[in-house]
Amino acid sequence: MNALDVTMDETGADERRIGGVLMEMKNITLRFGGVKAITDISFDIREGEIRAIIGPNGAGKSSMLNVISGFYVPQEGEVWFRGKRRPQMKPYEVAQQGIARTFQNIALFEGMSVLDNIMTGRLTLMKTGLWSQALWWGRAQAEEVEHRAKVERIIDFLEIQHIRKTPVGRLPYGLKKRVELARALATEPKLLLLDEPMAGMNVEEKEDMCRFILDTNDEFGTTIALIEHDMGVVMDLSDRVVVMDYGKKIGDGTPDEIRSNKAVIDAYLGVQHD
Amino acid sequence: MLPDQLVFAMEVTLNGLMAGVMYALVALGFVLIFKASGIFNYAQGVLALFAALTLVGLQNGQIPFAHLINAAFGTDLHSFGWTLPAALAIALTALVMVGLAWAIERLILKHLVNQEPIILFMATIGLAYFLEGLGDVMWGADIKTLDVGLPQGISEGIEAVTAEWFGYGFFIDRLDIVATLVAAALVAALTLFSQYTKYGRALRAVADDHQAALSVGISLRFVWVLVWSIAGFVALIAGIMWGAKSGVQFSLSLIALKALPVLMLGGFTSIPGAIVGGLIIGMGEKLFEFFAGPLIGGATENWFAYVLALLFLVFRPQGLFGERIIERV
Repeated sequence: MNALDVTMDETGADERRIGGVLMEMKNITLRFGGVKAITDISFDIREGEIRAIIGPNGAGKSSMLNVISGFYVPQEGEVWFRGKRRPQMKPYEVAQQGIARTFQNIALFEGMSVLDNIMTGRLTLMKTGLWSQALWWGRAQAEEVEHRAKVERIIDFLEIQHIRKTPVGRLPYGLKKRVELARALATEPKLLLLDEPMAGMNVEEKEDMCRFILDTNDEFGTTIALIEHDMGVVMDLSDRVVVMDYGKKIGDGTPDEIRSNKAVIDAYLGVQHD
Repeated sequence: MLPDQLVFAMEVTLNGLMAGVMYALVALGFVLIFKASGIFNYAQGVLALFAALTLVGLQNGQIPFAHLINAAFGTDLHSFGWTLPAALAIALTALVMVGLAWAIERLILKHLVNQEPIILFMATIGLAYFLEGLGDVMWGADIKTLDVGLPQGISEGIEAVTAEWFGYGFFIDRLDIVATLVAAALVAALTLFSQYTKYGRALRAVADDHQAALSVGISLRFVWVLVWSIAGFVALIAGIMWGAKSGVQFSLSLIALKALPVLMLGGFTSIPGAIVGGLIIGMGEKLFEFFAGPLIGGATENWFAYVLALLFLVFRPQGLFGERIIERV
């Protein structure tokens, strides 16, 4: 089913169902030279849920996200996606499998307009071949129109109509983050990875972003895994939380369970490790 | 009747514009690769030479590496004994250029991902000398004539018309007119391709940000092979035009140097910039020679373009059409 075909009226707000395991990380270990960024971590992400990865600075959260999206290759461990073990893949192949992401430091095409940036998210969904594209043959044109319509819907959804034609380089930080989310959504991902979607935002922008993340999950049923520092945000948004510290997993469960987890509290309050 | 001096100047201007088109054709190849990968491809001129050599060789049925084979095995091979139709030879050469693009990605670019631009630049210098040597060993170092049926000689039509208007017939090379038309068509095609197709969009995306391009599922390798193929194709066209004009010889690779001031004028990232830059340089150097040459002893065409480029570097470093360089502090 095409996620974007679901309109607001068709799904009730309460229709959120959490399904089976979409992605499973098994005993992942990642080293940079002698430094262990991730040590033997396992966790899963279920279909339709919002899964948060939290932890102090340098805990290995971004590394974990980079493993999922194929930017880093772990030395040990297995990545399972949709019931199959994933062979070693290039980041673009991972993206083609339906895993979209945003970056901590925003990676947009600065020279292109907002619309063109989001259109790049449709590239791998376009089916016409090189020659008909080059010659702008019938199918190619019809396809462009079709994809354009979907992109316009995402633009409406994220309330960025007023900047559609603006070159991204000129946008303020908060809007750039939103455009990046739009581009990721345009790929119609099965799994959406957000690396600190709210970093550096003011309260108002954070609230907006929260709303968009929840709405995305609600309306498109998109599974989301996110890294975030703002504890309040994480506890409000997510269904389940993985806690990392010094590259190890120290907690995994619902926000309530995490709040009362001794190891987690210690890590955040800086209790002496023995 | 217009004064003689003005009529001459008009003819010189026209000739200069057409020479500029030739520069622009080479500059175009530079811009394509620079835009998509940030690499200043020093080998672009040699690509044009290599394409022209291959075209002549294929067309005349020359056996590649004949000298080497003969020296090694004591044979006396020279030719397959065929003459291919021009269109077929051009198509085959285009295929060779695609193969070359693939090989360049495989053997060089793939291993230099995320390296400093200067390292990639050095790699293209290496590539330039390698290709020049390869062309020599494959097809021989003699000057060859390229004949793909392009019109040659002076356009009588223009001569007659201008003779009627101004009382003086302009001498315009027919080949230059063809080159102008081809260049215009090429620019139009490239612009449409990059603006309106998914491959064009992928190309622009890769040019802008590698990480972001990967994250939306674009294969950098595919895009690089594509862009080097297109640059190879543009080189082929430049090679045909220059080859038909002045014979296929190794000095052809030096035309790349004239493309440098063209790029400084037009901006390294702009396709229209390459064309306009080429036209300005072509026209500028001919007019300067015409007016100022006699006063300062002539031979100004050798340096005029570079001095003009230098002035641009001082007053408008991004070129006429290049992206403005803004450094945030």
